[in-house]
Amino acid sequence: MRLVEPFLEMIGGMKTTLLMMFEKPVTIQYPEEKRQVSKRFRGRHELKRYDNGLEKCIGCALCAAACPADAIFVEASENTDEKRYSPGDRYASTYEINMLRCIYCGFCEDACPTEAIVLGDNYELTFTDRRDAIYTKDMLIVPVPQTGAPTPQVTEPGLFNRSVPEMADPQD
Amino acid sequence: MDWALVLEWVIKSFILVMVLLTGFAYLTWYERKALSRMQVRYGPNRAGKFGLLQPIADAVKLIFKEELIPDQSEKILFILAPIVTVVPAVVITATVPWGPSFEAFGRTINLYIANIDVGILYVTAIASIAVYGIVLAGWSSNNKYAMLGGLRSTAQMVSYELALGLSFTAVILLAGSMNMMAIVEAQKNMWFALIQPTGAVIFLIATLAELNRAPFDMPEAEQELTAGYHVEYSGMKFALFFMAEYTKMIAISAISATIFFGGYREFWFLKNTFLSVDRFALLGPVYMFLKIVVLLFGMIWARATLPRIRYDRLMSFGWKAMLPLSLSIVMVSAVGIALAQINPLFKLFIPVVSVFLGFLTIGLVDRSLRRKVYEAR
Repeated sequence: MRLVEPFLEMIGGMKTTLLMMFEKPVTIQYPEEKRQVSKRFRGRHELKRYDNGLEKCIGCALCAAACPADAIFVEASENTDEKRYSPGDRYASTYEINMLRCIYCGFCEDACPTEAIVLGDNYELTFTDRRDAIYTKDMLIVPVPQTGAPTPQVTEPGLFNRSVPEMADPQD
Repeated sequence: MDWALVLEWVIKSFILVMVLLTGFAYLTWYERKALSRMQVRYGPNRAGKFGLLQPIADAVKLIFKEELIPDQSEKILFILAPIVTVVPAVVITATVPWGPSFEAFGRTINLYIANIDVGILYVTAIASIAVYGIVLAGWSSNNKYAMLGGLRSTAQMVSYELALGLSFTAVILLAGSMNMMAIVEAQKNMWFALIQPTGAVIFLIATLAELNRAPFDMPEAEQELTAGYHVEYSGMKFALFFMAEYTKMIAISAISATIFFGGYREFWFLKNTFLSVDRFALLGPVYMFLKIVVLLFGMIWARATLPRIRYDRLMSFGWKAMLPLSLSIVMVSAVGIALAQINPLFKLFIPVVSVFLGFLTIGLVDRSLRRKVYEAR
């Protein structure tokens, strides 16, 4: 019969919990301290710009067509050389994503011919109203880069007549 | 009986109740903090520095919560049950001495509420009243989970009270008195926890069962009974049950410090140094506080480590292991005291034999729990 071993086993268990007290807690203090998201993380969408400040989105609505949740609504308007938003003929005058419908599948990103819509790193989406869940173009578009000018721009005729740029194969 | 004596009692009782209730609030903080550190996380740290304001935030939340009384419940008993649970938890500490007497304001001040000669009997009597609150809460809720929790609680408390009472008996034999002051003074040279280690362990295990604490928290087993007897309680009435549990933890720790760990007295090896309570009477509450904190840590530690015991095993452990062991402990104590009168060397008889009996019990329990090997036919 084992007399002392069961007791020692119990003491061993108690020792384990006691020693755990002196380890550094694994908690990440969330609002102050944030984890790096993974490289291919799919967070809130961003509408990208070219280096000269023009919007990449050409209002083709392929993202809306690809969207399985029907979360995207795009309305296109004509570009002119006096009021140019994006290269080519058309730009998205309205671009709305309903974040309550979006399932963050990333199909819009795949469908986009100009790499305009990209799922970013932001996962902190909160709203208190269903209306607030609809993110408009102003909320989605990235700020104008240092090298560029804000849209609409006045451009030389014939310079931006091609809507889809030359692109390298996607790396990632 | 002069008015000053009455005033002294009122002040002492008020201070004790205040200390217990504040202690309850901060015990929740202490437990959450210690538990979380054992689970490698931080625990409450948002409200105030180190989360020290967390108990206040919880109290405010509980006060403002809606209180539901089930339509089919027994209304009077439903309201009475939390009160019946909480009052014994507070009054149980009345006989615990917190320090020796000292002279102040031209009169002798005793650091206890009541120094009755049957102090231990009082403690056992009051401790058993709390079971009424729990069983009434379970029954009056008119809910089958609450009912089961209440019944389990009664069965468990009745079973473990025997072991608890018998471990008290061993102490009474050693001290030769049921008076708490006398018990503390009898431990001047050596703690009873060292003379009767198995008795102390039985006492600590039985108190865990009495308090419905893990690993004996069957009455409120969340996974099985969805919180057991207090499933229908909400708001402040729930807080009263919570308060009773934690106040009782403090009270029972104070009692175990008193009867097994030298009470308000200093550690026996500091007997003649300047840290003795005979030198400074007010060191008594300090030693008491330290001992209570350590014993409470033991309870939290056990909760963090040990999983809940299955109900049938809980009962068979109470009746088949704890009761015979504590009976034999009483026997060993009595025989040891009788032998010590022949030769003082026989004093060693008590710790040696009781520790052996303790390990024998552990061995027997281990053997009975071993998975049986059946031979193939």
